Amino acid sequence: MTQTSNTAAPQTIDARGPRFSASITLLVLSIALLTNSIYVIGFQLLVFGIAAFIGLKKSPYGIIYRKVIQPRLAGPVPLEDQRPPRFAQLVGFIFALVAFVGLLTDAIAVFTIATSFALVAAFLNSAFGYCLGCKMYLILVRIFKRA
Amino acid sequence: MNSPLLLLMLLALATGIGFRIRATSGRIKEKKGLQISAAEIGTALGVRATVVQFSTTFCSACRAAKSLISDVVSKRDDVKYVEIDAESNLELVRKLNIKSTPTTIFIDKAGFEIARAVGAPKRDQVTAAINRL
Repeated sequence: MTQTSNTAAPQTIDARGPRFSASITLLVLSIALLTNSIYVIGFQLLVFGIAAFIGLKKSPYGIIYRKVIQPRLAGPVPLEDQRPPRFAQLVGFIFALVAFVGLLTDAIAVFTIATSFALVAAFLNSAFGYCLGCKMYLILVRIFKRA
Repeated sequence: MNSPLLLLMLLALATGIGFRIRATSGRIKEKKGLQISAAEIGTALGVRATVVQFSTTFCSACRAAKSLISDVVSKRDDVKYVEIDAESNLELVRKLNIKSTPTTIFIDKAGFEIARAVGAPKRDQVTAAINRL
């Protein structure tokens, strides 16, 4: 016997896209961490910002995925709601912003810690398909939203 | 400039976390939990047991879990499956300390939680957990 709640039809994207984007993010954050380059972390901050505030499909990594990778992939397209990966990009944006401001103000430790968190999250998504940012959603809703 | 060693340590740490998550996700753990009433889940409890899955509308693993659990439960008239939208039932989410979705709780006929799975559980584990109820 089964009873389910009603759910609205969500806007969907190719579920493989965010994982591809996470792989590029991992590479960019690794370069940022190794070089302490404000340009590299600034670029990643911009990418996170576009994905979070404008849309995943407008993100440079999303465009590369659709133009270069997706046409070469066979089989049915697995779809997923775009809201969790978009929320995760917002979480990434916050960490990248902290890292960017840290570097701007010569607070190298702040930059290193914030970049490290974002890098670990990108690795988990890229290698294991585990979206750490998405998992934070319900915890944040619990904290900030009243029943 | 940071040392490449830091990067290697972070990647090793992330790999460890990833394998840990993979090993524990969806595993059904027995626990002596709180009593949940029919009013709280919005429907009468199952005659023998109730399986309550907490989902969010945009959780892709929730769909897989729902499909699997409802399939197992559909073969049992004495067990009821209920899916609850976590975001619109925050009071119950807080009471049961649900931190992520999907979280599936197994309730006995008196309404007491006796097992819980965080993440999408495996079919044989769901069957075994229901049989234990």
